[in-house]
Amino acid sequence: MSGLKRTPLYDVQKERNARFVGFGEWELPVQYQSVLAEHNAVRENAGLFDVSHMGEIVIEGPGAFDACQYILTNDVSKLVDGKAQYTLMCQADGGIIDDLIIYRQADDSYFLCVNASRSDIDFAHLVEQAGRFDCTVNNVSADYAQLALQGPKSFDILGQLTDFDFSALKPFSWADIVLCGDLSVRVAATGYTGEQGVELYVSANIAESVWRALEECGQAHELSLCGLGARDTLRLEMCYALYGNDIDDKHNPLEANLGWVVKLKKGDFLGRQVLADVKETGLERKLVGFKMLDRGIPRHGYEIQAGGDAIGVVTSGSHSPSLGEPIGLGYVPMEFAQTGSIIDVMIRNKAVGAKVVDTPFYKKG
Amino acid sequence: MVPESLFYTKEHEWLKIDGDVALVGITDHAQEQLGDVVFVELPAPGTQLSTGDTFGSVESVKAVSDLFAPADGEVLEVNSTLEDQPELLNASPYDQAWLIKVKLSNTDATEGLLSAQAYEEFCATNG
Repeated sequence: MSGLKRTPLYDVQKERNARFVGFGEWELPVQYQSVLAEHNAVRENAGLFDVSHMGEIVIEGPGAFDACQYILTNDVSKLVDGKAQYTLMCQADGGIIDDLIIYRQADDSYFLCVNASRSDIDFAHLVEQAGRFDCTVNNVSADYAQLALQGPKSFDILGQLTDFDFSALKPFSWADIVLCGDLSVRVAATGYTGEQGVELYVSANIAESVWRALEECGQAHELSLCGLGARDTLRLEMCYALYGNDIDDKHNPLEANLGWVVKLKKGDFLGRQVLADVKETGLERKLVGFKMLDRGIPRHGYEIQAGGDAIGVVTSGSHSPSLGEPIGLGYVPMEFAQTGSIIDVMIRNKAVGAKVVDTPFYKKG
Repeated sequence: MVPESLFYTKEHEWLKIDGDVALVGITDHAQEQLGDVVFVELPAPGTQLSTGDTFGSVESVKAVSDLFAPADGEVLEVNSTLEDQPELLNASPYDQAWLIKVKLSNTDATEGLLSAQAYEEFCATNG
């Protein structure tokens, strides 16, 4: 796969017989032995993912807060040092440019973790929009590797490498800590799986050392190495949006069920006017979850019909390993958005019945 | 090693030919490339197949893979066990997880098919 970028963890994963695929500009591991086994390991024990393809951007300076408040939809004033928040970047027309996590490092310093496929677009947008605020915007993606350690045994594994008290690390909190005496990492209680766990930001040059340390400690806790395949089924069961599938610049946050990170009352921000109008007039369509009534697996791009008419498109779909049945997400007109609505998914030119269900698909316990 | 007694296609399917009847399945290489199989769709018995037709599909968690008819003929029987146990395709691709039984139209259906050795060479050069 020539021309594709490799992460600092490529070699160690190759050593572990990962199977690589092209994912945008990146060559990334899709699976090791089995997507199903890796998925189940995260739900039951723990899984280790290389997510170094994610982008990192730092906004700093006296105007950094005002810039973030203007460019992002969530309310940055709710953040304190050591806290993070899920948020969106929208166009003036309300279309989603990206979804991301913002970490407050200081009242004048913010660290953004963005999607790999969007990082160049995000960076250009941030530079342009932050121009009128007194701050700098730096794309530091190349400096960082990112590992995700996810699953109920994550803290047990990490706890063997540090004295840090992970019981104090609440969801969306983060801290800069040292592992194994000399490996500085940023550990954040965030993730994309629905399980307890962390995402670790580390300098690219120590990424492999951190990976090997976690692997070694993980052996006693049934840690599984995981690829993008399991990452996708885990997030889909939780209905976490995947940019480019479920959300994009043609869809607004309200129809994507992301209204909870759009704070219309915080003051002006990019997209606010349009989103306030949409909220006032009501949605035309909405992202819903559905299950199949007959045999078939819904896939990204399949048409959704009702009574023979095209009404929408499947944005994500797969077999759910935790539920043992197919699940899907797609946009449908509001008249089909209620739980229990019956729709058809076109699978290989055949209409297969499906039913709109409550989300998320997977609930712990 | 692939079983010596079978014939193969470049679509990574195998045929076990007995007179004018053949069992058709996918190879170990195919199941390995697919990963965990979670769904199998097969044609109704009686379906007429022409070589190269799509006759069904096999899906892993991540991917959909069409099945192509390796010969002309009529579907006599399908392995409906695979509807409930698609994972058999990973565990036993040459045995329990045969897909369809076909009545061959041509007396010399092996024309155009690969021997075990030729198939192994094909896999070695085409990944």
